[in-house]
Parts: sequence; C-alpha cells; structure tokens
Amino acid sequence: MANILVFAETRGGALRKVAFEAVTAARQLAELLGGGEVHALVADVQVGADAATKLGQYGADVVLVVEHAGLQQFAREAIAATLVERARSGGYRAVVLGFSAHGRDLGPRVAVRLDAPIASDVTGLVSASGDEIVVRHPGYANKVFFELTVSGTPVVISVRPSAITAAEAPRSARSEAIALAGDPSAEKIRVTEVVEGAKGKIDLGDAPVIIAGGRGLKSADNFKIVEALAAAFGNAAVGATRAVTDDGWRPHSDQIGQTGRLVSPQLYIAVGISGAIQHLAGMRTSKTIVAINKDKEAPIFKIADYGIVGDVFEVVPALTSAVAEARKSH
Amino acid sequence: MKIAVCIKRTPDSESRFKVAASGAGIDETGLKFDIDDFAGYAVETALQLNEKQGPGETVVYALGPDSVQETLRKAMSMGAERGVQLKADAIPVDGIAIAKALAAELGDGGFDLILFGKHAFDTSHGVVGTAVADLLGLPCVTAATQLTIEGGKGTARRELEGAAELVEFSLPAVVTIDEGIARPRYPSLKGIMAAKKKPLESKPAQLGAARITMRKTELPSDRPAGRIIGEGAAAVPELVRLLQTEAKVL
Repeated sequence: MANILVFAETRGGALRKVAFEAVTAARQLAELLGGGEVHALVADVQVGADAATKLGQYGADVVLVVEHAGLQQFAREAIAATLVERARSGGYRAVVLGFSAHGRDLGPRVAVRLDAPIASDVTGLVSASGDEIVVRHPGYANKVFFELTVSGTPVVISVRPSAITAAEAPRSARSEAIALAGDPSAEKIRVTEVVEGAKGKIDLGDAPVIIAGGRGLKSADNFKIVEALAAAFGNAAVGATRAVTDDGWRPHSDQIGQTGRLVSPQLYIAVGISGAIQHLAGMRTSKTIVAINKDKEAPIFKIADYGIVGDVFEVVPALTSAVAEARKSH
Repeated sequence: MKIAVCIKRTPDSESRFKVAASGAGIDETGLKFDIDDFAGYAVETALQLNEKQGPGETVVYALGPDSVQETLRKAMSMGAERGVQLKADAIPVDGIAIAKALAAELGDGGFDLILFGKHAFDTSHGVVGTAVADLLGLPCVTAATQLTIEGGKGTARRELEGAAELVEFSLPAVVTIDEGIARPRYPSLKGIMAAKKKPLESKPAQLGAARITMRKTELPSDRPAGRIIGEGAAAVPELVRLLQTEAKVL
C-alpha cells in the first residue's frame, strides 16, 4: 500500500488553507494508487489539539506533530530535514506540499535530499501507478497546460494554492509526536523579522473576491474607491496591475499578472484596467470577471463576463453602495 | 564580488502559443525569444551589486542548445563579463536534472553569489535555483524581492502570502530573484558591440537523469466572449442583478 506524506503548513500555530488543499491532493493521490494512508506533518511552536480532527476531516489518517520552540519563525532547513527523515523511514510513495511561498522554498530542498524528482506548482492529478504519476501543470503564465509524467519513488509534488479545492473525506486521524530533525538556531537563512500585512487584510491567494485597479484610477490616492468597494464585499482583497506597482502606487506584492500573483477568485473586478496580456495572464482563470473602463475598445472587455463602459469614479462608488445594500439585505 | 547568474532563453510572453505537432511542447515557429523576465532581473541585480561595490565579475550561465548563446550575448551586452553555455540538445523539464548540471559546474567556481530568476516563464517550476543551493550546501533565499549585500553578509526580503519575512545569511549564497528588485537595463550600442568580443565558453552539460517528461501539452479553453452590459452608473443595478442571479457571487 502506498502511503503519502504531506506537509500541512501553519502560520502562528493555525493550519493554513493550503494545508487542507495539500491534504486533499494527497488523499486523491492515495486513492489513485489504490487507497493508502495520508500522513500529514505539522510543525510549529505549538500545534493545536484539534489539528488531527481538522486534517482528518480532509482525509489524513495520521497527523505527525512536530513541536519546537525554535519554530517561532520558518525554519526551512530543519523542516525540510524533518520531512526527508520521515519520508525515508516511512517508505512513502510521495511527499506532497503546497506551492506557497514556504512550499516553493521547501519542495526543491526535500527533492534534492531524497534524490527525488519534483513536480512543482501542480494544478491537478491525472493518473498514478506504481512507477508513474501524471500531473497537470500550467506554464507560459497559464497560457499553456502540460501533462507531466513523473517517474520513480518517492516523488515530491507541490500543489498550486486554490487550484485543488479542499474536499472533505472524513476519517478519525490519530496523532503521533515526532522530533524536529535539525536545530532551528543553526539555519543558514536566519529570519530577523516577519512583517505582517495590515490587520484583517485578506491575501490575494485566499480572497474569493478581488478588486484590482489600473492606471485608469489616475493616482495612488484614488485607490480609496477600490478599497471602499473591497470593504463593501467584506471578503475581498485589493490587487493592481504592473503599471501601477511600477509607479509605486501600490506595493509590488499587490501585482497581479504574469510576473506577479496568478489568481483565480470567484469574482474579479477590474477597475480602470485596459487588459494588457501580462495582466490577463494573472487573472484569466477567475470564475467571473467584471470590467469597468471608460474605453469600450479596451481588451479587458473581450474576456469580461460583465463589462460596464464608463467613468470609474462614477461607476465604482455606485457599485459600492449597491453591493453594501445587497449584502445588508441578506 | 564574483557573481554567477543562471539565465534561460524563453519566448516573448506576449506571443500566441500553438501546441507542437507532436502534441507535447510548443510550436516554436515564428516565436521571438529573449532572456527570461526573471532571469533579466537577476542579471540586473548582479550588475548593480558589482557596480556599487566593484571590482567584481558577473558570469552568465545558460543550459541548452546553441540558441542560448544569443541569450548569453544579450546578458553580456547588458554588462556581464563572460558567458558559459552548458550544452544540451534540449532543456529537460526536470528541474532537478538541470540543477545537477549547474551545481556540477558552479560548485568550484569560487562564486560569492549565485543568482537565478524565481522561475522561468515557460516551464514555470521554480525549482532549479533552490535545488542548486541545496546540492551545493549553500544558503538559499527563494524568491527575494529585496537584496542587500554588505561585508560578506546578505539581507533579503521574501513576500509571504499577506506578510513578508526579512532574512539574513552569509556568503557564498544562492538567491532566486522575484520581481521588484531591479528593472533590467536596455543594452547600449556600445554594450552590444563589446559583447561580441567577450568570452563565451561552451561545454557539455552534465545533466542528471530526467525523471519528468512532457506527456501532453494543451491550450486552455477560451473564455466565452465578453459582453458589455451597459454604460455608466446606470448599468450598476443590472450588474448587481447578474452577480446575484447568474454568477451567484453576491
């Protein structure tokens, strides 16, 4: 029976959305391979007592709890070493993790140490057998999809956040405490500070709704109408085009596009965005796209499910009031 | 500082792509190729570090067929002192196989810093840089948006989802470069002329076994054609209705 080891990422002791998605992917893989166990490794200063219940809900059979005071900050080398040690001793078919900022960093380290191939930024599992796993992976900034055959055992697979929806597959997971391999105080990369984003701010990757602004807003200050619309939704994050982040109106971390974040929210509202290919590459997989722009020839209208031609300074505040009204009546 | 920058040749991102006749890979006919965006940021980062701190040397590496020599020349026209082609008939899709070839080459190079783009536009795996670091036992900052080097020590910033971490490390080290650090310069005419005379070495790549292969390539299905539902604020009630009843997202 082929068991799968999965890294369930936490922040500040709490499991992240990408952890459940990775467990879901691992469960899918285990099923494709004939129904092995999924072992989820959680590493933090303190892991909540309910981690096993929560991860079991999505298909984990065993939750491996690694607690260490030195995990206050992300200890990439120690966590990679712990995953590697466990992967070796447990005889797993695959190690699965999320392609988050931390997963992007851990995956290749784990693969190198296991001398395993790594399929990175995977958006789906196609098939799996004893010696071959076929995965889907987008390239060329989401303009092309590959099916890749990954050979050998074990393999490392990292899954793109939000690409695989966390699905319930409840079972009662048992917890097992294991030791951290390596000393977090001896990391070659030392974290000196973690700068937290604004309180209550939803990350672009997690937000079901994204309101993005472009040059059509004319100034950094005018982003306040975008912020107001996001606030009216209550579950929205604010993004921007590369032109806007290049001009310093918004931080680079807000950039959506080929060289920025690739997002696929339920609803994407493009405000004053013409729709350069570089931007479209980052958001064209959004479920519903709304565009508001004064130029009816703007390329964004070619892919917008609903377009409004008009002055953003007139349309957006009207939409903000209407959304606030609609949400109130729920 | 002695800085190595590993670069990749990728097609212009604004291109329209077609699947190759074999069904696996892209039809390269008519595509314009250049240095990959993130690799360009890495080259610029290296040049700026050496200009600020001088004297130094920036060496660019590219793995692949002879067509990558053009990409190496481009980086040299920006200011890199020399280029090395690790010759391979094709570039594998297995990042670890590539990382092994680069690590074999870079390990004894005496580099203070080895830079990569955070990923390449085409295969988009984001594996090679971090894997090279681990193969060489070097510290690695993955996807840095800020980088400072001073007195044999580096500090960098990495964007986490909704947060950022500031890190420090000792040299030698590997850093993979995210957008935001440095906008690549355009080569000057003088730079282009000078690049023609700069040394470009070619040697066989010692690739690791490729355990990932491309089975199939597909284009995503097109979105349905967009539709304009109205003009100005007057269209807002209709939009809200559609978001509630049709898209069901409000």
